[in-house]
Amino acid sequence: MKPELEKRIVRTPDGQEFEVDPLRDYYCEAAPTVMPAAYGKIVEDLFNWARSQSLWILGFGTGCGAIEMRPLMTPRFDAYRYGVQWRPTPRQANLFIISGYLSTKTLKRAIRSYEQMQNPKYVVGLGSCTINGGMYWDSYNTIKCLDQYLPVDLYITGCMPRPEALLQGFEDLKKLIRAGKCEGANKYSENFDWYKANQKQVIHDWDMPDYNW
Amino acid sequence: MDFDWMKIPYSLLTLFIVVNYGMILNAFIQKIGARVGRRHGIPIWQNYADLIKNYSIRSSITHGVMFYLGPVFRLSGGVGLLLFVPTIYGSYMFSNMSFAGDLILALYFVFFGTLGMALGAAESGHPHAAIGITRGLSQVTAAELPFALAVFAVALQYQTLSVTDIVAAQQGSFLNWTLFTNPLAVTAAMLSFLGSMMRPPFDVVLAPQEIPIGPPTEYHSSYLALMQTNRAIFPIAKIVIYMNLFFGGAASWPVFFLKVFCIYMISVLVGVVFPRFRVEQSIRWFLIWAVPVGILAVVLV
Amino acid sequence: MRELYQRLQSLFVLGELTEQRANLFFITVEKDRLRPLITHLRDREGLRHLVLLTAVDWLEEGQFQLTYLLCDRLTRRDLGLRVMLDRANPVMESIHDLWPTAATYQRELREMFGIDFPGSPRLDEEFILEGWNTTPPYRRDFDTLEYARSQYAERAGRETRDPETHMRAQLYPESN
Repeated sequence: MKPELEKRIVRTPDGQEFEVDPLRDYYCEAAPTVMPAAYGKIVEDLFNWARSQSLWILGFGTGCGAIEMRPLMTPRFDAYRYGVQWRPTPRQANLFIISGYLSTKTLKRAIRSYEQMQNPKYVVGLGSCTINGGMYWDSYNTIKCLDQYLPVDLYITGCMPRPEALLQGFEDLKKLIRAGKCEGANKYSENFDWYKANQKQVIHDWDMPDYNW
Repeated sequence: MDFDWMKIPYSLLTLFIVVNYGMILNAFIQKIGARVGRRHGIPIWQNYADLIKNYSIRSSITHGVMFYLGPVFRLSGGVGLLLFVPTIYGSYMFSNMSFAGDLILALYFVFFGTLGMALGAAESGHPHAAIGITRGLSQVTAAELPFALAVFAVALQYQTLSVTDIVAAQQGSFLNWTLFTNPLAVTAAMLSFLGSMMRPPFDVVLAPQEIPIGPPTEYHSSYLALMQTNRAIFPIAKIVIYMNLFFGGAASWPVFFLKVFCIYMISVLVGVVFPRFRVEQSIRWFLIWAVPVGILAVVLV
Repeated sequence: MRELYQRLQSLFVLGELTEQRANLFFITVEKDRLRPLITHLRDREGLRHLVLLTAVDWLEEGQFQLTYLLCDRLTRRDLGLRVMLDRANPVMESIHDLWPTAATYQRELREMFGIDFPGSPRLDEEFILEGWNTTPPYRRDFDTLEYARSQYAERAGRETRDPETHMRAQLYPESN
């Protein structure tokens, strides 16, 4: 537990004293709720089309695979023409690409970023490290199976997958979204306790609220 | 006071046309930027997809009342700017709510949205938002200065504060446009125009490539969608003012589309060629190049 | 390089010498004699750059070896100083006052090998690992594979092949 997260007594300028418990006072700890598709079929179809046509990726490279995402912005691959763009803040993004190996230290940040994204949100695991550990199968600090910790919608195999594979992955993800099968955020809310138990099993110094948004 | 109720559906129609035109124009401009970079660019309907997607996001969090009101202010800034200025000159349907002193009001509305954003983003509590707001306000202030000077010059020149009268005075031949009768004021205003369109080289405030995306760091789902709608309306509304003041206004929709497109192109063409300025550089640029021209314009009139 | 060694020999008690290359020597030093020697090398002999500070775990001998690699950029020569520590009680004097960068190396060694450097700044803060609660992972008695198996969930169906035989079977099937 970091010192700034511990309970402490704060003295105000006019002399009052009160206790601050940062984890409870500065964060909202309420667990996520399941948010089903609320509208009729026609509207939801339109929404799903829009969601699939506008994939906003969280610009967070978690491993070496992040290097394969940069060429997608360049003239050669130009992912923008498929409605894919990068957003610098998790609030606005709706697609989280776990690009390659995820060490437990990064997993902590990835969970926080994921939870700050808004429902519906999608996770794509990139490379074999996210699927079964890949070449990090015997590493002391790398998780081997991403879907134990975050709800994954799609895996892209390879070590590393080329940018073409990523584009193909985007197209497949679009099909899934249009079919209404990408309900990862709701899956996360439903199995919240299971995911949290898995996360806490590998993250030993859990110094954040259970759900932070 | 008798109010003409038919004005309301007519101005809503104006708004509808302008929103759609703005969305397509924005996408088109991004496409031009992409083509300059030898990319294929986004599809022309991309902005609609983004907008619907943002409205369709199921969860949203608020940080307080001002956080909620920020995008609303921003949007009302854009809509207000559009509605209080005659869009099509001489047309009863599309002259909107213009009245005698609307020029002053329009100047306020240009600034209104940024101020609303400042209040809203400040409440989100994100440090990047605070940085973005500081940058944005200082840059907008510096960019507004030459524009205000140019507007004063024009108001002095035509001895009126009504946009409709200013447009009326420019009718006839294109030689009657302020562009030719008062080129200094137009130069100052166009330099300011570059700064206030949020395109390169003056887009450091909102550029997503900058580490802090700026004021909208914490904004998401419907809030962001409101702001995107404003991104479609506001540039057009702003160009309408410029068109009315300096380029003779528009008497019909085709002329309107053409003129707005051409004026927008000025900032786009500058934008694709020049790299991005830092805030202090752009403020210095405005103070050195644009403000003296504006002062000269006021003095000479 | 040889004459540097002879000069040092007249001043300090030196241990075993390894001549790796013409411009790369390694010298073993006693734990307590490192500091005067390394200060002398830095201030008098021009070996001003601390290239790295790393450790080797000699499990069978019950020792840790610390390697201080110094570099003289002008004459392009490197000198490595080896210090052997007792594995049961690995404590070494800190040199962060000679090179501030050493503090970072010492933090890493503290975390990865559990070697203590009393007085080094921010030594007990987490460096790379967060919440590590077993044997330091770079020690050789730490079983990485066993830890990974017990700690991280595995997906069934993973196959491991020996790269050499697998590629031979793939590329030259007739040779088998």
